[in-house]
Amino acid sequence: MPNVHQFEVIVVGAGGAGLMAGLYASKSAKTAVISKLYPTRSHTGAAQGGISAALGNYEEDKPEWHMYDTVKGSDYLGDQDAIEFMCNEAIDAVLELEHMGLPFDRTPEGKISQRPFGGHTNNETGKPVRRAAHAADRTGHMILQTLYQQCIKNDVTFFDEYQVVDFIMVDGKASGIVAIELATGEFHTFHGKSIVFATGGHGRIFEVTSNAYAYTGDGAAILYRRGIPLEDMEFFQFHPTGIYKLGILITEGVRGEGGVLINGRGERFMPKYAPSVKDLASRDVVSRAILTEIKEGRGVDGKNYVWLDIRPETVNKFAAEDGRKNPDGSPYTITGDTVLKKIPDIIDFCRVYLGVDPITQMMPIQPTAHYTMGGIPTNKFGEVVVEDKGSKVPGLYAAGECACVSVHGANRLGTNSLLDLVVFGKHAGLKAAEYAKSAEWTRLPGNADSAARSEFEALRNGSGKENAFDLSNEMKSVMFRDVGIYRRENEMQSALEKVREMQARYKDVRVSDTGTIFNTELLNAWELGNMLEVAEVIAMSALNRRESRGGHSREDYPERDDENWLKHTLVTKKNGKAEISYKPVVITKHRPKARVY
Amino acid sequence: MEVTVKIFRYNPEKDTRGNYVTYKVEADPNDRILDLLEYIKGKTDGALSFRRSCAHGVCGSDAMRINGRNRLACKVLVRDVGENITIEPVLGMKVKKDLIVDMEPFFDNYRKMLPYLINDSPLPENGRERLQSPEQRARFDETTKCILCAACTTSCPSFWASDQYYGPAAMVTAHRFIFDSRDEGASQRLRILAETDGIARCHTAYSCTEACPREIQVTKAIGEVKMAIMTGKID
Repeated sequence: MPNVHQFEVIVVGAGGAGLMAGLYASKSAKTAVISKLYPTRSHTGAAQGGISAALGNYEEDKPEWHMYDTVKGSDYLGDQDAIEFMCNEAIDAVLELEHMGLPFDRTPEGKISQRPFGGHTNNETGKPVRRAAHAADRTGHMILQTLYQQCIKNDVTFFDEYQVVDFIMVDGKASGIVAIELATGEFHTFHGKSIVFATGGHGRIFEVTSNAYAYTGDGAAILYRRGIPLEDMEFFQFHPTGIYKLGILITEGVRGEGGVLINGRGERFMPKYAPSVKDLASRDVVSRAILTEIKEGRGVDGKNYVWLDIRPETVNKFAAEDGRKNPDGSPYTITGDTVLKKIPDIIDFCRVYLGVDPITQMMPIQPTAHYTMGGIPTNKFGEVVVEDKGSKVPGLYAAGECACVSVHGANRLGTNSLLDLVVFGKHAGLKAAEYAKSAEWTRLPGNADSAARSEFEALRNGSGKENAFDLSNEMKSVMFRDVGIYRRENEMQSALEKVREMQARYKDVRVSDTGTIFNTELLNAWELGNMLEVAEVIAMSALNRRESRGGHSREDYPERDDENWLKHTLVTKKNGKAEISYKPVVITKHRPKARVY
Repeated sequence: MEVTVKIFRYNPEKDTRGNYVTYKVEADPNDRILDLLEYIKGKTDGALSFRRSCAHGVCGSDAMRINGRNRLACKVLVRDVGENITIEPVLGMKVKKDLIVDMEPFFDNYRKMLPYLINDSPLPENGRERLQSPEQRARFDETTKCILCAACTTSCPSFWASDQYYGPAAMVTAHRFIFDSRDEGASQRLRILAETDGIARCHTAYSCTEACPREIQVTKAIGEVKMAIMTGKID
């Protein structure tokens, strides 16, 4: 078998979580980071608004409040031990990024600047608190750049533009991965003691999404095929403010800076749905509010969008009505210049894609598929746990959006994703290296890459009756329409059947490019297989959960049902069939109660 | 509207040299050029190869020459370029296939700039952040926007003349650290930039500034680095 590499720790994916894992694992173990993109192309770089930590740089804040807000945001489905761990680690994590060189914006005293975000509150007053540490509206870009720079400084080994295609397990232990080198089409086998999956989410299964093309659920699909369960896949976050039709994200930071949502009649509508924090309610709450406005005929011109308004005169009017104050107690006001400084990229997006200038015009927005709350089940150290008793796969780790710790439960709070990948990326890297130091090498089977090779052969030899591009569009449209923000039994049932039908039709795809060098057609077709796999698990899990909780909102079961459904879903593939099981939610400090914003 | 898209094609496994293939596509004026490429690849010619990821101008994957100018395919709309569209790989880098070029030399030049914060002084005793005033932070704000798409470097006549030249993107990275008040590595970087393949090769053609999809004033940043080398002062 040619192209065999050996590393003690193999990290798959080079976004925030993968880079952090690579950085920490490489301090003590021989480590490789493998990524289908150049690391700086990873989707972490698209995150805008901020990373949360109770630094308290403007006003009092505490990790306990951050924890409670996260638990409440998760609609009580998040595991509280993991949430507490993350919120306690947050302050040091953000300070570490600053020490690494991340150019955060600054307060007048030179400290890291922070802004309000949805669901971030002072638990005593219920008022918004400034917890999101930011670098303009490109915080994710700066995190990605800073971590990649640290990897360069520390000589981390990268395999750029290598697509992971399989996971190798020997005697129940993680043993390696198989990857294709994009530039040559050659298969490579990476033999390792510890494997960290940090492959990101799968928002590309939906028609309107803020997610990158790369977000096709590769890691989740590969492990699922190898018998690892996927947890809480019914919970997918629809971000309230995507650019109409394009889905490009407009950060919640716009509302943090005072922006408000306006319906087709020119009315600010969020106070009806969240009387206390209004436009800064949790994302699931705001997305549903927008859809309700549209359904009741108050979209703009009868279409399925509403306005987001950051024009200074609007912001100042409503800030005065809400009694919003600056830290020094003076009334909160903004100018066009403030807007330009705080959200330059958003202004650029609107000008380029819409021909709209947000300083003088309103932005047309609709909810956009944004974030995967579910994923590969792990504990707070990034160790993959395969069933309800917490048993592990020795040597297998996951971190970042592909993982489900679960800290986000049924709905993620804004800025907790960047925190998640920094904290859990680090700990997965540390654990992976620690395990690699004590573990024996497994014996790699001689044909380790044969399963992957045959998957790719099949795509070259299909009947050609089906076109991957059309099939992909069909899946996106079905999933967005029928397993989207509002869900109903019949529609989800039909979506599940259609996805299964598409999985069968997928076998008739034939890739026309017969070459080996950068055969992106072949890789895209293979990614479609992953998306169909993941879409099935999402539809199944959503259909199965007969309640509404966080991002999973059923019209036929509109209430949260703690008696029957305060539990995590696990879907496991056994003998080619998907089976559902459950595991309990870890509740430590906060008993579930009604969730009102 | 119907648009005519002429695309440079080169497959080293089949072709001895590149050629152009023309496609007719039904398009909306608001479509991104990337949407057209995806459509052509999906429906007409699966072998057409290009890089892309975020599709909204922040990941830097899809820099290419569109009607003779370096742009990101995801950040140019049909209405910006009209109905006759020519798409080619960026210049000055080896074409690997179609619109995909070899990015390794580009990232090598990036790495030569010591692209990380250099500061060996002890951290604040309370373990908190290093302080930096909003003015100090603003000093290098512009160059933190760089997405390493290579649009600037591959539009630079000096880079075309010598691919040993580090190129504008590397200088932007150097600037981002040299002017960061927390950084202590300026003298090392300025020494590197003063070498033969360094900053002296910039002839202020402004092509880089025009090409930058992030609207970074690249030539101005390079000018500030030049000044720092000449005066030995950073301000």
